[in-house]
Amino acid sequence: MKFPGTNCDEDVRHVLVDVFGLEAEIVWYKEFAVKQWDAVILPGGFSYGDWLRAGAIAARTHAVEELAEARYLGIPLLGICNGFQILVEVGLLPGALLYNDSGRFVCRWIRTVVERPRGPWLALARDGQELDMPIAHAEGRYYIDEESYNSLLLNAPVLRYLNGFNPNGSVHDIAGVGTEDGVVFGLMPHPERASEELLAPKMFSPGGRVIFESISYSLKRGW
Amino acid sequence: MSAHLVEVIITNKSGVRDPEGETIHKHLILKKGYSMVMGVRTGKYLLMTVSASSAEEAIRVVKEVCEKLRIYNPIVHDIEVRLHT
Repeated sequence: MKFPGTNCDEDVRHVLVDVFGLEAEIVWYKEFAVKQWDAVILPGGFSYGDWLRAGAIAARTHAVEELAEARYLGIPLLGICNGFQILVEVGLLPGALLYNDSGRFVCRWIRTVVERPRGPWLALARDGQELDMPIAHAEGRYYIDEESYNSLLLNAPVLRYLNGFNPNGSVHDIAGVGTEDGVVFGLMPHPERASEELLAPKMFSPGGRVIFESISYSLKRGW
Repeated sequence: MSAHLVEVIITNKSGVRDPEGETIHKHLILKKGYSMVMGVRTGKYLLMTVSASSAEEAIRVVKEVCEKLRIYNPIVHDIEVRLHT
């Protein structure tokens, strides 16, 4: 789904179509109808210029409110970077994303680790698997209060920055979170920029692949 | 009906760090010798012009807008809604 200011839509489409051979289209948010799709990705960028708060305005569009209401349909939903911010703002995922501790936009490769992988986006990932991906954001400091963390995230799929790689001050080193069933998942790193060997710098490997391999597998065989 | 000016001030809750405020405090104010300034918190300011029958009604409308359209994020923000003077 594309909003004014979304800018990672072509990269996501490229990876889905050219790298993994899936059928995918970029859909303008005004033309979006949820029931036409087997899975939906909210890509990164700066929807509505990040005004008010990153993702806050896109979260109040008809398209996203329809997505939130359609939660019961069980359609796999992935939010990447600004897409994650939108999913948090509309309440499909818990917590909030605040300005980085550094107060700056940070763009670099990091290493994460998967915990409790399940659902369509992580079906093929192993518990404890390390995934390398780049981040590129100014508002990526994940925040959740301890009570919600204990009740919502200790049983859910979670992506954490590995020791020393937390780029923004996120609590509990959280880089991505999912619903308990993993059908809705959001993450700050960019898996679409880490799905081809050519794009990974020295010392890193393309850790985003498992997410697209998982959705490809899951849409054909279930999860 | 008349136009009322209503201010909305959004700040991080006390338990939520505010790196911008900390930087202004530590690297500007304290550095220039104003050690009596004990802390700085930044926020976002919105000024809404509201057509309403009374000031109270204007404030009620703005509060509703802030809640329903999630102008602030209750998980991390405090909000103050007050009449502009």
